[in-house]
Amino acid sequence: MMQPVYEVNNITFRYPGYKAKVLDGASLTLGKGEILCILGPNGAGKTTLLNCMAGLLRPESGEILLCGRDIRSMKEKEIATLAGYVPQLHTPAFDYSVLDFVLMGMAPKTGMLSRPGADDERKCIELLEQMGLAGLADKSYLDISGGERQQLLIARALVHEPEVVLFDEPTAHLDYGNQHRILRMIKKMAASGYSVIITTHNPDHALLLGDKAAVVSKGGTIVQGDSSEIVTEDLLSKVYDIDIRIRYIEELGRTACLVPGL
Amino acid sequence: MTDTASKRADNLSRRGLIIPVLAVVMLAAILICLCVGKYSISPADCMRILFGKIVSAEPSWDAMDEKMLIGVRLPRTMAAVIVGAALALSGAVYQGIFKNPLVSPDFLGVSSGACVGAAIAILMSMSSGFVQICAFLGGIIAVFLTVFIPRLMRSDSNIMLVLAGIIVGGAMSSILGFIKYIADPETELAAITYWQLGSFAYVDNKAVLGILPLTIIAAAVLLVMSWWINILSLGEQEARTLGANVPLLRGICIVCSTVLTAGAVCISGTIGWVGLVVPHFGRMMAGSDNRVLLPASCLIGGIFMLLVDTVTRIIGPAEMPVSILTGLIGAPFFAWLLYRQRRTIR
Repeated sequence: MMQPVYEVNNITFRYPGYKAKVLDGASLTLGKGEILCILGPNGAGKTTLLNCMAGLLRPESGEILLCGRDIRSMKEKEIATLAGYVPQLHTPAFDYSVLDFVLMGMAPKTGMLSRPGADDERKCIELLEQMGLAGLADKSYLDISGGERQQLLIARALVHEPEVVLFDEPTAHLDYGNQHRILRMIKKMAASGYSVIITTHNPDHALLLGDKAAVVSKGGTIVQGDSSEIVTEDLLSKVYDIDIRIRYIEELGRTACLVPGL
Repeated sequence: MTDTASKRADNLSRRGLIIPVLAVVMLAAILICLCVGKYSISPADCMRILFGKIVSAEPSWDAMDEKMLIGVRLPRTMAAVIVGAALALSGAVYQGIFKNPLVSPDFLGVSSGACVGAAIAILMSMSSGFVQICAFLGGIIAVFLTVFIPRLMRSDSNIMLVLAGIIVGGAMSSILGFIKYIADPETELAAITYWQLGSFAYVDNKAVLGILPLTIIAAAVLLVMSWWINILSLGEQEARTLGANVPLLRGICIVCSTVLTAGAVCISGTIGWVGLVVPHFGRMMAGSDNRVLLPASCLIGGIFMLLVDTVTRIIGPAEMPVSILTGLIGAPFFAWLLYRQRRTIR
């Protein structure tokens, strides 16, 4: 069997100064080229889990293996080289040009007394061209739309070619069309070999992406499996505490997750 | 290479072109400032003396001119360039690493600490050299205290650091108030106040040369690391996800900026507005990318300081403290800059 990209073993986490554990014995695995969709109610610890996996937070106990290595023994740079991180949409304090912004993705491969060179810049432009965003290169990052910004955050995470990309709610703050364009992009990324983890509030996204899913429950444990096994009426109704239906819709040729009404 | 790529390359060189242009403007400003004043020297004489000195030629010029130029105006001009560049550079760096365009180089308490240091030295009637050393140490100690407070609270956040800066700055200005209260109003109080408002009138070669090596090293480190300041400006968490060792990078930036500001303050006293306004002006001319912005801010800061100092030398019967003029120019200028940038500031 191939070595998993991520292996989270029985981790426990609580924020300093709080008694309650956010994660309590949470485990999951991510194989190469897989898409894992992390679901869970508000405050259950989806983002906490993601941040532990990115090495931003340190679990109290348990271990996290990234490509077989314990992340506690890895430097920021080593983690960042393997795991690209796409943060939630935000507005930076300064108006960098789009190209300068994407170029920052080269940081994991750049020395502290160094800066990216012409080759790195060319790589960024090539990636922008592949993504159909080359026209934006000279624009200010503050002048473009939210959908474009989210795509550039993805470009920034991809430009140094990590093994796995972590998305913190990539569809939050986006309109309906852009949400699905981002999902399409994620699916394409997985097809070209990247492993992907996303957190989302919409269980339908797990069905649309159609690979793996994990649900973080309020108690801080995780149930993981194929999304068709995990995204079930029973489990979701319990986790979200609301009546949820999963139906196969003939015209669409897919299963969808819906609420019966208010 | 594709069209966009080559277009982009043009663009970069155009943006990079601003540095040599500013450098030429600065050289011109230096020459003007060396010549202009109550005792004026013609540019031709000025050049002749300078080059003559470099190649140690037989003096073919007026001895009084030489004394004025080499003994008085040259150190003063150099001091203005160094102080302006240092304040502007550290201002730009602080704004970048605290991702806040409204931050100025003294917000961690450097200037207020330096004022206290200098005031104590003045109170103890120490020589001007000691006043400078005490000012430098005062600035460093104040920043050390500021950085220490979040440690005490086991917090690593920028906000905590900013608040600690307010605490230390507030405490320092109270101490300064007390010193001024007990100082002799005829001599000591006047000296402290004059020092607090900043001036290049009493600059001497020794002070400038003494502080120069540290200043150059700190500035060089910041210029070399300029691209990483882009990364830090994204915020602590995002910078870490990009593989940045945030505490180390931020620590180096704070140490270097503090040395620059404290060094500037001990040459000229505290001078307001330069570190806040010049980086904004730099961003308007050169963009936000710190790779270009930092050298551009240095040059613009130096030019601005030269012009301001020259004006204070020329107008009025007695020399006016520099901060009065930087404030009078800086405040409305900053208002205009904010108006221009209102779209990007939120």
